[in-house]
Amino acid sequence: MSAQLDFAEIEQLKQKAAEARRLVLETVHHAGAGHIGGPLSAIDMLVSLYFGVMNVNQNDPKWAERDRFVLSKGHSAIALYTVLAQRGYFPIEELKTFDEINSRLQAHPDMNLLPGLDMSSGSLGQGISAAVGMAIGAKKLGKAFYTYCMIGDGESQEGQVWEAADIAAKYKLDNLIVLMDFNQLQQFGWDGSDGRERERPVTSPAERFKAFGWHTISADGHHFEQIIDACNEAKEVKDKPTIIIAKTIKGKGVSFMENQYLWHSKIPTAEELKIASQELMAGV
Amino acid sequence: MSQLLQVGEKASMRDVFGEVLLNITKKDTKAVVLDGDLANSTKTDTVAKGNAAQFLQMGIAEQNMMGVAAGLASVGLQPWVCTFASFITKRALDQITVSVAQPKLNVKMIGAYSGLLTGCTGKTHQGVEDVAIMRSIPNMVVLAPADGVELIHMMEFAHQYDGPVYIRLARDAQPQIFDIETHRFELGKGLFVKEGGDLTIITTGTQTERSVEAARLLEKEGIHASVLHMPTIKPLDQEAVVKAARETGAIVVAEEHNIIGGLGSAVAEILGEQYPTPMIRVGVQDRNTESGKNEDLLKKYNITPADMVVKAKEVLSRKR
Repeated sequence: MSAQLDFAEIEQLKQKAAEARRLVLETVHHAGAGHIGGPLSAIDMLVSLYFGVMNVNQNDPKWAERDRFVLSKGHSAIALYTVLAQRGYFPIEELKTFDEINSRLQAHPDMNLLPGLDMSSGSLGQGISAAVGMAIGAKKLGKAFYTYCMIGDGESQEGQVWEAADIAAKYKLDNLIVLMDFNQLQQFGWDGSDGRERERPVTSPAERFKAFGWHTISADGHHFEQIIDACNEAKEVKDKPTIIIAKTIKGKGVSFMENQYLWHSKIPTAEELKIASQELMAGV
Repeated sequence: MSQLLQVGEKASMRDVFGEVLLNITKKDTKAVVLDGDLANSTKTDTVAKGNAAQFLQMGIAEQNMMGVAAGLASVGLQPWVCTFASFITKRALDQITVSVAQPKLNVKMIGAYSGLLTGCTGKTHQGVEDVAIMRSIPNMVVLAPADGVELIHMMEFAHQYDGPVYIRLARDAQPQIFDIETHRFELGKGLFVKEGGDLTIITTGTQTERSVEAARLLEKEGIHASVLHMPTIKPLDQEAVVKAARETGAIVVAEEHNIIGGLGSAVAEILGEQYPTPMIRVGVQDRNTESGKNEDLLKKYNITPADMVVKAKEVLSRKR
């Protein structure tokens, strides 16, 4: 068990994550658009960051000393919006406007619209570079904040991710902590006849990042203590950036969505939403 | 440097750029310079040598360089991203759009070696599409100085301005046309550097000096041309364009750029909607260019003052 969290706190995180998953499904159902699989695999990490790791203040979203977070896999925006709403950056009710015209909750994050967003993203591979810039900036400005960034394993096919990895190591960014949502499933993927075989974007991310000079930690991306412990370990590392390779399940928490690539961005029907919500609440 | 910046003396923008940028970083600790391993070409090596703490070597990786700049800007720094115009606007275009321009971050983008005259490096290194690309991006300010004097003022403006700015620079020394004591730069304002009633040459950047020369040649033949210099390509001075069309009735637009998408297109858009007027675009005629000496390139791609004289007469013949 994590040194920082007791049993009751872990239970609270589980509750938050289950509720967040339910809100994601409800929102995407309501909007008739959005992503499911990636948000569900990312949510336990987002809940861990915003309720157990990051030093942020929802009442002062632009606080200069706050920790930064960049969702490089911007298509999982709905997961981030949900957790930000739970944290109190804006009313949970506003999730209903997701993807609608004039909404602050754009399909991909827009930092100028919604409080709590530290960077805009959506075109894959770009957020990690911005996170590198924030971490270099913190050092230049003599600030103590950490920069967290979530990337996808599919996203890591973008060459820019490795350009960023190179520069993060060169500048010894020990204030940069990247989490890879390693769900091994992408929108369509490589050749293969079924969902599971359509995987393998990056088969050995830890080895690759290690070769680029990073400190690497492997963790279960659905295990709160492991995620929080990994972040704490990363903060102790000197002169190197850290990546937490978090093994996750795409569509996590709903039996018929787990590991199914078709649920990357499929819209649940009312019936599917009902069953999924029951499963999520029963699972806590 | 001020010796070189006398009217008529030759100076290269990149030398001016390097010196002014060093001064900006010394005055402002928040200004940082990002290099894509071309500092000794773009002359940001002045900062590498003179103020290393504010110089960030990003290696030959333009996409990441632009994203890092976005991150730096988001925490309150002012990054100046410098590489060749061709690379910055094409290799990092999606990064410019998504990470810098959409969030309107305070990043200065410097396209060195723009245009045709890039030191015998040929079409891969020439930058004749940069204006077309950058002016199509919302939130972007696009600037092209005519000489070193104007560049100094532009860089001061860019330093004060909070938002993305693209400045296209030239590589080689060229005659100075503006007086260092009196010249000023104002965003979105064109400048009549010569007045004449028969037609107007609308121009920008390095082509302005050639346009002034073309006007002088025309004068010898009794044709009085105005020269309207546009240091700001976006937002373009629409009023000045319409005024030129109304008062002279014929327009030549000249630029060291492809005729598609550049200043010529921008002027055509305004005239087409507001004041249809006979016009001709002088520039690279939508073809791949090649390596060669400066004077040979200008001749082959028909952007010399003599070429502009021919086009001026042609447009005069169509004047209503």
